[in-house]
Amino acid sequence: MITTKEVEHISWLARLKVNEEQLEGYAQQLNSILDYFAQLDEVETKDVEPTYHVIDVNNVFRDDVITPSLSQDEAIGNAPKKQDGCFKAPRII
Amino acid sequence: MITISQTLKAIDESSYEEVVSQCIERIKNNKLNTFITIAEESALEIAKNINSSKNHLQPLAGVPVAIKDNISTKGIQTTCASNILTGYVPPYDAHVIERLKEAGAIIVGKANMDEFAMGTSTETSHYGPALNPWNTDHVSGGSSGGSAATVAAGEVSVALGSDTGGSVRCPASFCGVVGLKPTYGIISRYGLISYANSLEQIGPIATNVKDMTLLFNVITGYDSRDSTSVQIEKDYTESLVNDVNGLIIGVPDEYFGEGTEPAVEKAVWDGVHTLEGLGASWKKVKMPHTRYALAAYYIIAMSEASSNLARFDGMRYGLRLTKDHDWHTTYSEIRAKGFGEEVKRRVLLGTYALSAGYMDKYYLKALKVRTLVKQDFDLALKDTDVLIAPTMPAPAFKLGEKISDPLTLYLADVNTVPINLAGVPSISLPCGFDNGLPIGLQIIGRHFDEETVLRVAYTFEQNTDFHTITPEVR
Amino acid sequence: MIEEYLKYRPLLDDTGIMIGLEIHVQLNKLNTKIFCGCGLDYHNDPPNTHTCPVCLGLPGSLPVINRKAVEYSIKLGLALNCSIQEHTQFYRKNYYYPDLPKGFQITQYDFPLASNGYINIEGENGEVRIRINRAHMEEDPGRLVHEGGNIEHSKHTMIDYNRSGVALLEIVTEPDLRSPKEARRFLDKLRSIIEYLDVCNTSLEGATRVDANISLAGGSRSEIKNISSHKGAERALLFEVVRQKNLLRRGGKVVLETRHFNEEMGITVSLRTKEEEHDYRYFPEADLVPIKVADWAPGIAKTLPELPDAKRERFVSQYGISDDHAKSLTSEKRLAEFYEEVAAHVNPKMAAVWTADVLKGELNYRDIGITAFKSEDMVKLLKLVADDKITDSSGNQIIRTVLDEGGSPDSIVESEGLLKAGGDIIGTAVDEAINENPQAVTDYQNGKQEAVNFLIGQVMKKTRGRSDAKAVREMIIEKFKGIM
Repeated sequence: MITTKEVEHISWLARLKVNEEQLEGYAQQLNSILDYFAQLDEVETKDVEPTYHVIDVNNVFRDDVITPSLSQDEAIGNAPKKQDGCFKAPRII
Repeated sequence: MITISQTLKAIDESSYEEVVSQCIERIKNNKLNTFITIAEESALEIAKNINSSKNHLQPLAGVPVAIKDNISTKGIQTTCASNILTGYVPPYDAHVIERLKEAGAIIVGKANMDEFAMGTSTETSHYGPALNPWNTDHVSGGSSGGSAATVAAGEVSVALGSDTGGSVRCPASFCGVVGLKPTYGIISRYGLISYANSLEQIGPIATNVKDMTLLFNVITGYDSRDSTSVQIEKDYTESLVNDVNGLIIGVPDEYFGEGTEPAVEKAVWDGVHTLEGLGASWKKVKMPHTRYALAAYYIIAMSEASSNLARFDGMRYGLRLTKDHDWHTTYSEIRAKGFGEEVKRRVLLGTYALSAGYMDKYYLKALKVRTLVKQDFDLALKDTDVLIAPTMPAPAFKLGEKISDPLTLYLADVNTVPINLAGVPSISLPCGFDNGLPIGLQIIGRHFDEETVLRVAYTFEQNTDFHTITPEVR
Repeated sequence: MIEEYLKYRPLLDDTGIMIGLEIHVQLNKLNTKIFCGCGLDYHNDPPNTHTCPVCLGLPGSLPVINRKAVEYSIKLGLALNCSIQEHTQFYRKNYYYPDLPKGFQITQYDFPLASNGYINIEGENGEVRIRINRAHMEEDPGRLVHEGGNIEHSKHTMIDYNRSGVALLEIVTEPDLRSPKEARRFLDKLRSIIEYLDVCNTSLEGATRVDANISLAGGSRSEIKNISSHKGAERALLFEVVRQKNLLRRGGKVVLETRHFNEEMGITVSLRTKEEEHDYRYFPEADLVPIKVADWAPGIAKTLPELPDAKRERFVSQYGISDDHAKSLTSEKRLAEFYEEVAAHVNPKMAAVWTADVLKGELNYRDIGITAFKSEDMVKLLKLVADDKITDSSGNQIIRTVLDEGGSPDSIVESEGLLKAGGDIIGTAVDEAINENPQAVTDYQNGKQEAVNFLIGQVMKKTRGRSDAKAVREMIIEKFKGIM
């Protein structure tokens, strides 16, 4: 069971603002889905390796060769806020 | 519906510009909401100049193509149907876009989809749902609903979608067109905006197997910018052989489970028997972990999504609220405003599934189940050449019917997600109708054996008429 | 590992201080970043001019790892006596910060490239071993510029992603360091190894960055971030030792926390932000495939240059110099090269004294590097000294002049008139001085030793100071012997 406190915590981790009054609703929704996920508990997986990559490929590299970068205009062109060639973010503290 | 050859004929009879402008007219006149952005200016510009470039000699010269809006297109807004990417105009082309341009294709616009490809109906789009051309009260499927609907409606002959858990095959099935989820790694994902990167592939959609194969031929192949891209160079048109003699088809009972419409079951079995009549044989196969695939799929997809979607914070592109607070608050507010409900739900669940204390129970467990699901396919395809199953358990449902209950909507993906967990190829093509709505069957093959899948699909199509039936679009 | 370690000293000694370091080394001698082809020569360029969809984290972009970055990392791992793992892979470390364009950092977690190594440093009572837990590869975030230059008061933060995606090797030690001074020695030694390997230009801004963990017996550990120099590391740790000691003495509690080092004020401050509630949710990066390159290690090991410890031993045996001199001369790669260039042409012991004691002292005094003095100039200078053409103090003077004003030893000898007066000139001057001062001779004969000093002064006056006073004294006494 996911609690409203946990919903608050994961919404913080995910940087998704959830208002106080929405917490309960989210907790319910998430719990019904998590209940469904819990059916995996039935599966015996003690000796099963996880599959991270479905195709068995190793050692893919590129050479240390410079390729063209974007221009500064292209790089920051989509930024809603910018200044002096930089992206402009809110204050840190 | 229109084919590539019809389009090329129309170009011969009129001009590149004429064909493109007629295509754009059709899109604008329809009320299906298939596109988020129509690239009218750039498409006409390219059509005008195509004769002076060497591209007019290429296989898709002048052919209008629709691109799912989660594929990066230089100079054309790319939104993933999300408010958070409003106004984002990428400075680069996806690998498949480069390939299409080299092949002479003309991008007429960006097709509607579920927000960040999270959905089975295109109803989670910030821009409203794309409607089903066969009956506009019904959904077009998802998440590549716009791509399938625009092809089914005869607006374009070919389109690109992406398939994370059925997102090409579901709308292809619902809209009565052909769509392929290729083997993981066979098409570069460079430029495909990730939802669940270990599961998804870009896939071609067309009105028939041949056109789809032509498109697949153009976009497939090695790309050094995608570490998971494999080095295979084949001409898949050589697989278009009308012959299934001696092939063995596996039919898994598990794919005809509870909730499968009788009309769907019948149409798919009819399809199997049709192929039997053409010289193939069939046998039942057991895929016991299928029932766990859905939960495993959603856990993995949501976990990956929670990380893949972390970059959308309004700093470098997309939505930014006017007022800044401290950065934590600003990020949280932008993301809360920019993402729709389904996206938020999946990001929250994915964050939870990866978080300390729960990772083993959810994420790691799901990856182990993934191994078992993959083993099911390895075993089933050991002594069969392909598997055949319904793509979707039922034809397209009504708009609004399932959107209020996420879990019900997830359950519709029960037959498509195992294929993504295993990474194998699967093609969906029309095999019948129920109350005027198309039914799709899927042909599933071994890793990198697109050739056999295409051959079976082509043979089925050559010996049936379902692909010739066209919806009446108003 | 631990048995080896215990040969040097116990895990915890009576200082009660345990210090562990995490050092981020930029592999800035590569041509390109770790996952994309953007160049690294951005230091003098405008912001956001060395970026691409990959290092900006634009939607849809994918990473592909730089082969040479892996090679460099293996090289450094081997030099730290680490073993290279058979299977290594990348993970996503999920957290938010404006310098991080994707909302996660691609790094290593389980299965780091290199692990279980060590380096030896000079402790208070001889050599000690500092264990390396691991060395793993990751990408550098972008650079934040705070409006008005101050993180605490600026309204906005400017982001420059030129640095985003530069290959880093993060080296993590065990908490084996027992004092701030040892921490600094460790860092100096590490820097010298890195320079020997030629994988990092440590003089570039941000080339090496240090986080330090420190705890005192009876307290929790604090982590100090934002340390940009070795001197800074020592100062930050000294501050922490005092702070934690005082806190514990007053019965307070040292809490587990992250502290920010304010270099200007020489203090550490608690960040106390909600950001400390970390849960990085590490999981494998599916966009990169596993790396199995342990078989590269033997080949790379063969390309490793002679490292400081080996070079030091060789210097002692080959040149017959003292261990202290050898240690000093091998502390920097360029200095060791300088020494060998000089020792090839003059007496190696003399070269060691002049390089390690004289030149290095002058360089340290001026806080400049060995590149400020040419080895061929040192050869010329030492030949002049060896051939008795100039005095030791003139040699010192020449070094100082070259460093402060430029010029070559020859030209300075010339312009300053430093050439020692020749034997015949001195002999003549001595004869003259004796002849002109019979009283001094008489005084000497009467047992007045000061008379010699008087005569030396006369000779020096006649030769305009270019005589070696000691030699003049000998000559005078010799003359007296003949007279008496």
